[in-house]
Amino acid sequence: MEVSMTVNGREVSGDVEPRTLLVHFLREDQRLTGTHVGCETGYCGACTIHLDGKAVKSCTILAVQVDGANIMTIEGLASNGNLHPVQEGFWERHGLQCGFCTPGMIMAAVSLLEDNANPTEDEIRHGIEGNLCRCTGYHNIVRAVEYAGAKMRGEEPPPPDWEEGS
Amino acid sequence: MYPRQFDYVAPTSLEEAFAALGDDSKVMAGGMSLIPLMKMRLFSPDVIVDIARIPGLATIHDAGDHISIGALVTHGETASSDSVVANATALATAASLTGDVQVRNRGTTCGALAHADVAADQPAGALACGAVMIAQSASGTREIPASEFFVDAMTSALRSDEVLTSIRLPKTGAGEGSAYDKLGRRGGHSDYAVAGAAAWVKKSNGSIEAARVALTGVGIKPTLASGVADALVGTDGSDAAVAAATEHALEGVTVLEDLYGSEEYKSHLAKVYVSRAIKQALANI
Repeated sequence: MEVSMTVNGREVSGDVEPRTLLVHFLREDQRLTGTHVGCETGYCGACTIHLDGKAVKSCTILAVQVDGANIMTIEGLASNGNLHPVQEGFWERHGLQCGFCTPGMIMAAVSLLEDNANPTEDEIRHGIEGNLCRCTGYHNIVRAVEYAGAKMRGEEPPPPDWEEGS
Repeated sequence: MYPRQFDYVAPTSLEEAFAALGDDSKVMAGGMSLIPLMKMRLFSPDVIVDIARIPGLATIHDAGDHISIGALVTHGETASSDSVVANATALATAASLTGDVQVRNRGTTCGALAHADVAADQPAGALACGAVMIAQSASGTREIPASEFFVDAMTSALRSDEVLTSIRLPKTGAGEGSAYDKLGRRGGHSDYAVAGAAAWVKKSNGSIEAARVALTGVGIKPTLASGVADALVGTDGSDAAVAAATEHALEGVTVLEDLYGSEEYKSHLAKVYVSRAIKQALANI
């Protein structure tokens, strides 16, 4: 079946089987391999993308279901070589170790901050409930989202945990 | 992980959807439960009828004496709707505790009800709130009370040629309140219910006039605990009355052990959450 959609601002189309998952269309047809395939059952969130502005799991969506939709993947976040504040936060606060969950984690965090510009730690932890990380214990991910939230509000981010006196 | 091959149709009217539905077809809305099942090849329909492009199904509507939730209203929309929160608190809470953010952005309330998972949240909310399911097909419309809708494990009263186009919920009247609470499989409220309960109560002149209590996660299907409701009616809703009524929680329920809890543990949890749901429903009046 013919599908077309906007991916990171670009019109794309392809001929897919109805059973083609959106994540496979993005990775294999569009060669956008930043979106990861993790658990395959909808639990881990590594495949999180934005569909018409909302965070969703692209391994649990058929490409044909989103014909005509507007998709953003991790590749669409940075602009003109500048990292998105959430990407910068993961860099600055060591929000990743192996990095497998990171694209999905960042897309979920961007969506969270769009809905709630100043989340509490509890709200951040609940907001990334649909994303699993097996390395970090989430601690630095939460700090990264706090960093990004402060940046996006035009505030000075809290100092890193490892700085003396913080 | 790919599903087996199937044909996909995306009708733009209910009439087209009815025409496409048959014995080996399945209705898809958000697909949050259906697609994982198909990927694991536990279920392989020949035809998927995607109703997401049918106009008019994505709204929460206030019809005066009741509200209705359309087939394409997401868990997130149900959870954050002022109208659902006010008129069916238990269902709104259950929707807010369904899946995770990404699932709530795409999965639908009607889809969760039609899926009829044994441990899903919203079936308990729908049972307690007295929902009526509106099932439409080429041969007409059936109104199915929630109490007759959940038939067996992952089996609803819907026929394969029917679409659950909306659910209807009575509006909250004077002295009425409802609530839902659960223990999630990943602790706290996360994931499906190890055990959960929803309650609706109506109080007048200091005593409970009517009640509905529903359980999820413990038996073969989400079910009304009518023994609890019967024991509550006529009492003042005091802690002692709630404790006495809660003792009836498992009447007529065969508690099923699963990966998440033994029969003994689930039996205990069922009573804990029935008690909590009733007390919160009373507090929500």
